[in-house]
Amino acid sequence: MIIISNLNKRFGSKEVLRGINLKIYDGESLVILGPSGCGKSVLLKHIIGLLKPDEGQVLIDGEDITQFDQKRLDALRMRMGMLFQSAALFDSLTVEENIAFGLRKHTTLSDLAIHHIVSEKLEMVGLPGANHLMPSELSGGMRKRVGLARAIAMEPEIILYDEPTTGLDPIMTCAIDELHLSLKERLGVTSIVVTHDLNSAYRIGDRLALHYGGRIVAIGTKEEIIHSPDPLVQQFIRGEAKGPMTLL
Amino acid sequence: MIVSDLVRDLVHLFGSLAILFLQSVYWTVQGIRTGRLGMKNLMDQMSRIGVDSFPMVAITGFSTGAVLVVQIGYQFAQLGAQRYVGGVVSMAMARELAPILTGIVVAGRIGSSIAAELGTMKITEQIDALETMATNPVDELVVPRFWGCTIMLVVLTIFTNVIGMIGGSIVAVNQIGLTLTTFVESILQNLKIQDLMGGLFKAMIFGGLIGIIGCYKGFTTEGGAEGVGKSTTGAVVLAIMFILAVNYFLTVGINNFNTAYLS
Repeated sequence: MIIISNLNKRFGSKEVLRGINLKIYDGESLVILGPSGCGKSVLLKHIIGLLKPDEGQVLIDGEDITQFDQKRLDALRMRMGMLFQSAALFDSLTVEENIAFGLRKHTTLSDLAIHHIVSEKLEMVGLPGANHLMPSELSGGMRKRVGLARAIAMEPEIILYDEPTTGLDPIMTCAIDELHLSLKERLGVTSIVVTHDLNSAYRIGDRLALHYGGRIVAIGTKEEIIHSPDPLVQQFIRGEAKGPMTLL
Repeated sequence: MIVSDLVRDLVHLFGSLAILFLQSVYWTVQGIRTGRLGMKNLMDQMSRIGVDSFPMVAITGFSTGAVLVVQIGYQFAQLGAQRYVGGVVSMAMARELAPILTGIVVAGRIGSSIAAELGTMKITEQIDALETMATNPVDELVVPRFWGCTIMLVVLTIFTNVIGMIGGSIVAVNQIGLTLTTFVESILQNLKIQDLMGGLFKAMIFGGLIGIIGCYKGFTTEGGAEGVGKSTTGAVVLAIMFILAVNYFLTVGINNFNTAYLS
């Protein structure tokens, strides 16, 4: 289980996280919704230890990872995968080398075994045979799918998705959502998804949380969120420009 | 206020460069100890640095050797000291000009490209992605560039020396009227091994500086394309300033060492 307790983070004078409290249960899929620039990606980066909070704790299986040294953090990251907003593929490596990066670094698998795993993951994200392409030859959506293949290559227990379906067409969005659900079903993966895509959120989320003003202002199942009386929630899910939620 | 800010910035810069250097050494030792030093990555960097820089280094070396002979040759001819031309030119090249000019060329060519590459990786979250895959960015990115620059600057400086002497000899024979034998004999009689070694030692330090400064500027890139541009030019300016400043202290140190132990 992941427990985020009273997490605070400030960049200069801007307070991005103001006492975030969240619990993510094993095997659960939690979707974090919220307007652009409210700090959702910053929250994800705290969960994988890329950022240190000014205050607060991130407990994974009961251990506060904000106090981990580099060695323990690396051991934890071997159990996690992250899909970045920009996919963050290594420009100088081919698709296959990108996906195989973690496997080559941290396992003793043979080149052939790694090639099979890479091909299997590419098939899963709908890009069979893309092994030898360079990232510069891929469209935005394809880059994102390769990023996802890289995130799942080591079969992690926890996957963090930063806007996994942004830039994808509706069919591919649905395919990625189905992949997400099948990973959850097959491997019991715990996932935390940051997205703006409500349809996708409703499809994949066991629970949905609304992040606004540095806090989690609402959390619940799809039905609870849809029927929430909170005006912030209603404004966000209806996509209204006017309301208590101001544009950042 | 402005002076105190400047001092604070300088202390921060020197501290950050020193930390990055020490981290590189640490990860090199770790790599050797565990047998996981990325030799392929290092060879890739060395070949890139060498191949990319060689044409400019060759032109710079040839032109400098040739111009030096023109300048010195006519003056020495008036004094009847033509037979010292080769020796003086080779000493000037080996001790100062070859390492400095090669350093400046490589700072412009490679320091900038390292800063641009790592800066782009930083702003596109590729460095964060490395960390999420339990990979230390210093180990993966800085170590091969640091050693690549350090080793290849020595190799390129040797080329600069050789090509400079070829350029010098062509001018000496065709314009100053020396024979090739006189020119070469003058080099062999006057140029000492410590002149060459001192220059190559300087080149090694300059190479390390270029690598560390390029990586530091890349890692500290902020913003978008504008930030990458600033890091790129910043890396070149900073590396050249460091080379020129450090050269003075190296020259004094090498001269003192030669006087104390080799004369």
